[in-house]
Amino acid sequence: MNKITRRQALGTTAGALTVLGLAGATAHAAATDSRASLPTGAVDEVYQGRRIQITPGGGGHHGGHHGGGHDGLPTVRIDGRELHVMRNADGTWISVVNHYETFADPASLARAAVRELQGATLAPFSPMGGTA
Amino acid sequence: MTVRKNQATLTAEEKRAFTNALLELKRTGRYDHFVTTHNGFIMSDTDSGDRVGHRSPSFLPWHRRFLLDFEAALQSVDKSVSLPYWDWTADRTARSSLWAADFLGGTGRARDGQVMDGPFAYATGKWEITVRVDGRPYLRRALGEGVAQLPTRAEVDAVLAMPVYDMAPWNSSSGGFRNNLEGWRGANLHNRVHVWVGGQMGTGVSPNDPVFWMHHAFVDKLWSDWQAKHPNSPYLPAAGTPNVVDLRDTMRPWNDVTPADMLDHRTFYSFDTEPASAARQR
Repeated sequence: MNKITRRQALGTTAGALTVLGLAGATAHAAATDSRASLPTGAVDEVYQGRRIQITPGGGGHHGGHHGGGHDGLPTVRIDGRELHVMRNADGTWISVVNHYETFADPASLARAAVRELQGATLAPFSPMGGTA
Repeated sequence: MTVRKNQATLTAEEKRAFTNALLELKRTGRYDHFVTTHNGFIMSDTDSGDRVGHRSPSFLPWHRRFLLDFEAALQSVDKSVSLPYWDWTADRTARSSLWAADFLGGTGRARDGQVMDGPFAYATGKWEITVRVDGRPYLRRALGEGVAQLPTRAEVDAVLAMPVYDMAPWNSSSGGFRNNLEGWRGANLHNRVHVWVGGQMGTGVSPNDPVFWMHHAFVDKLWSDWQAKHPNSPYLPAAGTPNVVDLRDTMRPWNDVTPADMLDHRTFYSFDTEPASAARQR
């Protein structure tokens, strides 16, 4: 079941090549916790056949669906659909499809979401939940 | 008076009444309203902003009230029904009677995680997942796959021994009983059970799986057990805390109920096995 296909192997390699460097602007991550990792990398990769795109936060369009205090959250998309993500006080991350399990960085979170989805498409982003 | 029982002790008739009431709430659309409410709070409760249902002191009173609402809805269908609790320290494998076809049905199949037996299997036509975070309309589980082991009794007892209800900064990084029970710190109790069940239970729309209510009924019982062990430990914080529900602040979405109103479960129900000190007060 966990056999890595040629396509996946190629996708992971492509992903690694397209990690777009680090932006210092969001380096306010909790440096006090060794589990934390800076949410600084933009990512555009194919993982298990799904396209993961992560745009580092920095305010702007992402703020509207929260009550405030969330500036700097990255935007995570899987095949173009936005995945709701949150940052914990200790610098770890969760998403709406893995809500009770923390991840060290948005890329790990996005890959876990791809595994959880098993090919399914994310529902349209909605702060009040599913709109299927 | 409502008595909440250990799910392992339910008779066949009690199981049937409970699952039938669930199916009726689902049929009328009332069930999905609870899923929507929970997901709304899951997505808006944040460590650095307003937080009510999760990652905050009011995690316990909020879910107590949420379960009371749900239990009242069940009882409007069948007044004999109460919420059972799942003691996951005792019934800790996928072979538990909890997961039998006459109750909640079992784990999902390997291919897509779909639950294939029991009253909530998609093929029955009576349990379509409509409030969802992805396109899949069927109930899913992956018992024991996301994490191998449910919490043990010893791990629960260590958390019950913590004398302080909650601590600043009153979020997922706090020390104290609440956050260790919720699971963002320490051995990880409540959160780990969601992950162990998998499927929708691991997501923001976790009430789509009926086991959500039995899991939270046990978490709620652990709060009562903790109170019995620490009768002089109050709910905290008491007052004046930004973004956090203090003892006498009202909680959304009800806006007319406070943590103080939720402290004594015996106002609303009793458990089949009451904590010793609580029993003495009767």
